[in-house]
Amino acid sequence: MVYFLRSSSQLSRPEAEEKNNPKMHSFGYRANALLTFAITILAFMCGIASLSDNFNSPSPSAQVQVLNINWFQKQPNGNDEVSMTMNISADLQSLFTWNTKQVFVFLAAEYETSKNSLNQISLWDGIIPSKEHAKFWIHTSNKYRFIDQGSNLRGREFNLTLHWHVMPKTGKMFVDKIVMPGYRLQDDYR
Amino acid sequence: MGWIGETVDSIKSLQIRQVLTQTVSLGMIVTSALIIWKALMCITGSESPVVVVLSGSMEPGFKRGDILFLHMSTDPIRAGEIVVFNVDGREIPIVHRVIKVHERQDTGEVDVLTKGDNNYGDDRLLYAQGQLWLQRHHIMGRAVGFLPYVGWVTIIMTEKPIIKYILIGALGLLVVTSKE
Repeated sequence: MVYFLRSSSQLSRPEAEEKNNPKMHSFGYRANALLTFAITILAFMCGIASLSDNFNSPSPSAQVQVLNINWFQKQPNGNDEVSMTMNISADLQSLFTWNTKQVFVFLAAEYETSKNSLNQISLWDGIIPSKEHAKFWIHTSNKYRFIDQGSNLRGREFNLTLHWHVMPKTGKMFVDKIVMPGYRLQDDYR
Repeated sequence: MGWIGETVDSIKSLQIRQVLTQTVSLGMIVTSALIIWKALMCITGSESPVVVVLSGSMEPGFKRGDILFLHMSTDPIRAGEIVVFNVDGREIPIVHRVIKVHERQDTGEVDVLTKGDNNYGDDRLLYAQGQLWLQRHHIMGRAVGFLPYVGWVTIIMTEKPIIKYILIGALGLLVVTSKE
């Protein structure tokens, strides 16, 4: 930082002065000017690359089916826990641009209880490294435990939300989601 | 001895006005760096607006040596966000992703669970003993932007302090000796 600030003030010197000052042509000054120029251009290109992401208007789609409730029980400490099997299919190809390093995608169960105004529990997540892998279909049980804070899951209605975080090669990260409402847990433990 | 004599002569020949100019310009450089840092703190609301990733627990998203820009707003914390948090009894803050959020109906307090993308299990093993959730006050900021590789400079400097001193010395010498 120090080096950068210093050298930029030297670059802005009027050229006429150069002739009177042999120091301007020394190796140190040349290296300094070159480095400053290179860093400035690099920073500028990073900024442009990040800005160019704003022109992408993606149209992703997703579908989730809950195939089976594997088990549904109350833990000894009083919290409800459920295990389920799901089919997740999504097409996230339009999220990828030339500045996209990866897309982190996860499916979260979101619901409200009398105790908590919002509960978000990630059930499955994955990293999509490239556009070729962005249209996928997966059959899975929940990767992280679906545990409530309390015993409120019987008959509970919940949303399944597919969130994604677009990680750029450089610059700003983008976030969005698709909310899929209308899922409901059964009334009894099993 | 001749070399030392020459140096002493050259120092004597420096005009006092020139020395003053050099000192002021050195001071300007230091203060402008400080101003930029403090301004960033005000804008982002985070006590450390820029952090360097030190471990590979968020690979392939963030590698060791990448720089993250943090932002600390009053917006509630939500699942999927990448947060920087401090655990009691640990000096170095951790950058991981939120996977579970429980927000209280009455107080609005949050319980948060995090996990590194590249780690197999969640972070409860990293938390203080018996701690199950992170609260709001543990969280220093959330990552909003990303710049690769630049953090290597600080990693190298902290691990090999000798390089830091050489660099500071060389820069200082350059500032003091350059005749403008």
